[in-house]
Amino acid sequence: MSDDADLKHTPLDALHRELGARMVPFAGYAMPVQYPSGILAEHQHTRTAAGLFDVSHMGQVRLTAKGGKPRQEAARALEALVPAALQDLEPGRMRYTQFTNETGGILDDLMVTAMGDHLGLVVNAGCKDGDIAHLRAHLSDTCEIEYMESRALLALQGPKAVAVFSRFVPQVAELAFMQAATWTFEGERLQISRSGYTGEDGLEISVPGHAAESLARRLLAEEEVLPIGLGARDSLRLEAGLCLYGHDIDTTTTPVEAGLTWSIQKARRSGGGYPGAEIIARQIAEGPARKRVGIRPEGRAPVREGAAIRLPGGETIGAVTSGGFGATAGGPVAMGYVAAGHAAVGQALELELRGRAVAAEIVALPFVPQRYHRN
Amino acid sequence: MSDRLYTKDHEWVDVDGDIATVGISDHAQEQLGDVVFVELPEVGRAVAQNEDAAVVESVKAASEVYAPLSGEVVEVNEMLAEDPAQVNADPYGMGWFMRIRIDDPSELDDLMDEEAYKDFLADLE
Repeated sequence: MSDDADLKHTPLDALHRELGARMVPFAGYAMPVQYPSGILAEHQHTRTAAGLFDVSHMGQVRLTAKGGKPRQEAARALEALVPAALQDLEPGRMRYTQFTNETGGILDDLMVTAMGDHLGLVVNAGCKDGDIAHLRAHLSDTCEIEYMESRALLALQGPKAVAVFSRFVPQVAELAFMQAATWTFEGERLQISRSGYTGEDGLEISVPGHAAESLARRLLAEEEVLPIGLGARDSLRLEAGLCLYGHDIDTTTTPVEAGLTWSIQKARRSGGGYPGAEIIARQIAEGPARKRVGIRPEGRAPVREGAAIRLPGGETIGAVTSGGFGATAGGPVAMGYVAAGHAAVGQALELELRGRAVAAEIVALPFVPQRYHRN
Repeated sequence: MSDRLYTKDHEWVDVDGDIATVGISDHAQEQLGDVVFVELPEVGRAVAQNEDAAVVESVKAASEVYAPLSGEVVEVNEMLAEDPAQVNADPYGMGWFMRIRIDDPSELDDLMDEEAYKDFLADLE
């Protein structure tokens, strides 16, 4: 198959191959796109039981202020690069945010977790080199920026995920959605958060790379757990209405256009202090010119990224940014941007598919209800 | 050994008189992964050899299926609209795509027999 001599490998590479994964290049890594059970079965298994994902290709970065209180000052410093409020983020809590550019576009999206004496960042694999350079360029005077390259990241997702993991670390059952803590298991420090990218309840587990395979084998030995590849990760997140960087969001889309204003806390919506703040504040006040929406094509044919979105029989008003088959939704699902005047739920659309028009409708996101464990 | 013939694009052909039944090979379905949609040509359409005739969509991507032979499409597998997974489950049986009335039997010479196709696949590895 593809020559992967130039690719990087996660600490679980040998395990993926042993499990029969089909490995593909993704963001410079050899990654499993699917295992022998196939993408549809992996998708359904995650929705009904528990799926184990290797997301070690993502970038784990630790930010610690050099002076003052190390976490609080790091939060203050990082607020200069993202629109989220971070100074009020309590230890053990996490927030989703974006690195923005001067035009309010998105350089990457990330998770920020407040730990005792630092902030933990998780950024996209394809952006991590740029993100680290960005952090160093702007924050190296005030913060230590450590790329935790030797750590692996696993995600255990699905309605049985927490019950399974609590057999090893019982305290994880007490975490609420978007909460994190550190525990020792078999001599290794695990940083565990109740979060994920599937719309299901679940955990993300940062583990030293040398201990990742043994932990993964322990989890896979539990009868509820199957390994899940990138193929199902994509269909699960699409059904959950979650953005994929480089597709649904990029440097040309703002958080407001992308429907991510919920991730900008009120205190930061009108003020400045981060790149593109004026443009983003204006879009919040006046409304953006275009919006990301959920789209259900009629029939069975998946409509994919790049397809033109038109008013029925009329003008082009946008394009599909993610599209595929929703195994739980039971048919094709898509997301894309449309002109704000035509972005209401129920709006009839036409999508271009192989030179013909497919009827479609704007629907509310997510396609499948999110089942996070909120307190 | 079966009498099936194959193309380099991984379609198979089973000839009975002047009618060719067409599908995609076991290798093709395995490479595609779970098939979620198949778009078939209209019955009565004239197709030329190597022309796009159908589309098979897996969870990941859409792929063209080419007519292995020139002729008229006389029948399509309507069941695939309801149950596209038959392409994975039974690629040489229930997962067939279309039947073509062959215009030019000499085009059969362009196809590989099963042994030649196996060698072709081995060279792809």
